[in-house]
Amino acid sequence: MLHKALSGDKTYWRWVTFLLVLIGLGMSSYLWQFRSGLTVTGLTRDVSWGLYIGQFTFLVGVAASAVMVVIPYYLHNQKEFGRVTVFGEFLAVAAVVMCMLFIIVDLGQPQRLLNILRYPTPNSVMFWDMMVLGGYLLLNILIGWNMLESERKDVPPPRWVKPLIYMSIPWAVSIHTVTGFLYAGLGGRHYWFTALTAARFLASAFAAGPALLIILCLIMNRVSSFEVDKQVLQKLVTVVTYAMVITVFFVLLEVFTGFYSQVPGHMLSLKHLFQIPYMWLSALLAVGALIILLNRNSRSNSNALIAACIAVFVSLWLEKGLGFIAGGFVLTSFERVATYMPTIPEMMISIGVWAIGFLILTILFKVAVTVKRESV
Amino acid sequence: MTVNRRKFIGAGLLTLSGLALIPTVNVFAGIDKNKLSEGTVRWGIAMDMEALATKGPKVIEEAAAACHRVHNVPKIELQEEAVKWIWGEPYEKSFADQKHPYLNESFLNSLFPVLCNHCDNAPCVRVCPTGATFKREDGIVMMDYHRCIGCRYCMAACPFGARSFNFMDPRPYVKEPNPDYPLRQRGVVEKCNFCAERLAAGKQPACVEVNDALVFGDLNDEKSHIWKMLNSRYSIRRRPGLGTGPNIYYLV
Repeated sequence: MLHKALSGDKTYWRWVTFLLVLIGLGMSSYLWQFRSGLTVTGLTRDVSWGLYIGQFTFLVGVAASAVMVVIPYYLHNQKEFGRVTVFGEFLAVAAVVMCMLFIIVDLGQPQRLLNILRYPTPNSVMFWDMMVLGGYLLLNILIGWNMLESERKDVPPPRWVKPLIYMSIPWAVSIHTVTGFLYAGLGGRHYWFTALTAARFLASAFAAGPALLIILCLIMNRVSSFEVDKQVLQKLVTVVTYAMVITVFFVLLEVFTGFYSQVPGHMLSLKHLFQIPYMWLSALLAVGALIILLNRNSRSNSNALIAACIAVFVSLWLEKGLGFIAGGFVLTSFERVATYMPTIPEMMISIGVWAIGFLILTILFKVAVTVKRESV
Repeated sequence: MTVNRRKFIGAGLLTLSGLALIPTVNVFAGIDKNKLSEGTVRWGIAMDMEALATKGPKVIEEAAAACHRVHNVPKIELQEEAVKWIWGEPYEKSFADQKHPYLNESFLNSLFPVLCNHCDNAPCVRVCPTGATFKREDGIVMMDYHRCIGCRYCMAACPFGARSFNFMDPRPYVKEPNPDYPLRQRGVVEKCNFCAERLAAGKQPACVEVNDALVFGDLNDEKSHIWKMLNSRYSIRRRPGLGTGPNIYYLV
């Protein structure tokens, strides 16, 4: 089936070339980092994780959110979702690959990565994260590919795929829960040390992921013959709306606990975190998106809907891909305020990883769109 | 039952996966190995802060210099990427959660030596995904620089800021390398090792040797000097509420 990605129109090839250029720039920046060490990044002894781990965390959420198109189709038998389910699964594949790459570029000694498997340590949440992410990647490749192949051949999917699909549902929840535990289990980091972390992650993931999927569906609608069902779109919008409301609610819960209790750790972390301008931009975008999404008239307007989806995605990317990590480190163990600013090479490497993800996404979506068009 | 190729390969793979059984069991059986065994030696340091204050802030610098010399700790000027095993922090920073408005300025500013606390229940040991950070029988939290992958999870977990990462190749920043201790490479984390290599040779830790306000000894031995000091005078530890069980005590 992969050969279907090898024929496309001019726009398709321009887009692929553009991504390849970004990947090349990212790779050359990475070579620089590989030779000189993480000194080329903005990371410090006080802020020892930054943009890379933030992107990793955010993308685990995007990967997990595939479950929001899997559940309606396979558990609730909503047939109209069948057209987008495979796109959700392929989005998960691309997102998990990006997650893994972001972990690798963050390592000081990347060539020793397999030490995690050579010396397995079940007491480390990172060990579990690697396990569940690897498993989730495998599940989504197997499920997505086989479902699509059977659609192409016009035969029922192999029987063994069904149990894998059911397994992938709790598995999706597990990847983001475990990623939440990476942070929530660290007693010395006030901003992360809350039982709400994993729940907040899941809520924001189920808003940002489907928002991205809506945007991607609408783009495919324009550049290809792919047509997305209006009903599916409205149902995805409902998911985004609920998840966004819950996300904002969870953030407000943190604010209450911090400021009503007046316990310094929690309160000061929030205070210092919101000194960073992008956190306010994130809050503003969240409110703006909610105004559009909660209003029936505005959300059924397709331009307003696109704006809302972009606002949700950018807001949560700022909050989770940048702010969440900064919040954990903003107060050092000596109660100094630590600032962090990613450097140009760090951003180039991150853009390169995103470009790799989008290339995988483009290839997989191209295959899926072509197969679906031919099978109709 | 007829055996076709598919079934044969399937059964073969299933049989092969049995080989993974023992290693997997061993991994989970080993979860407890990081816990401290009871009744053995437990090393700790008690710092007599009054004695230290009369000597002036220079002695902390001397202790740090001695430590950093024997352990080939690179001298990196850029503070954000500095590697430090022991250094002085003013009381208002090292004990930021234990100050009040009536403490006088000079006490708030007085330097307290800070280093790895070799916690009884060390978060860095718990989170390390490769076992590169581990706990010895005698309580020392040790590092295997050759196994560390540089993920820096331990730095996020340590509530004492005691860990340093080699953002760049440290070798050009070690002027006179000590041939008896390994140099590190870029991309790994490092920290105080309680001078495990000196203890093995029957010597005191370097910072203790040059500074008699610091007392090193076995906290499990009621006849030891450190035990008697802690038993007879009031002492504090950094961030005790987190339950990590630090083994560095400050007598105030």
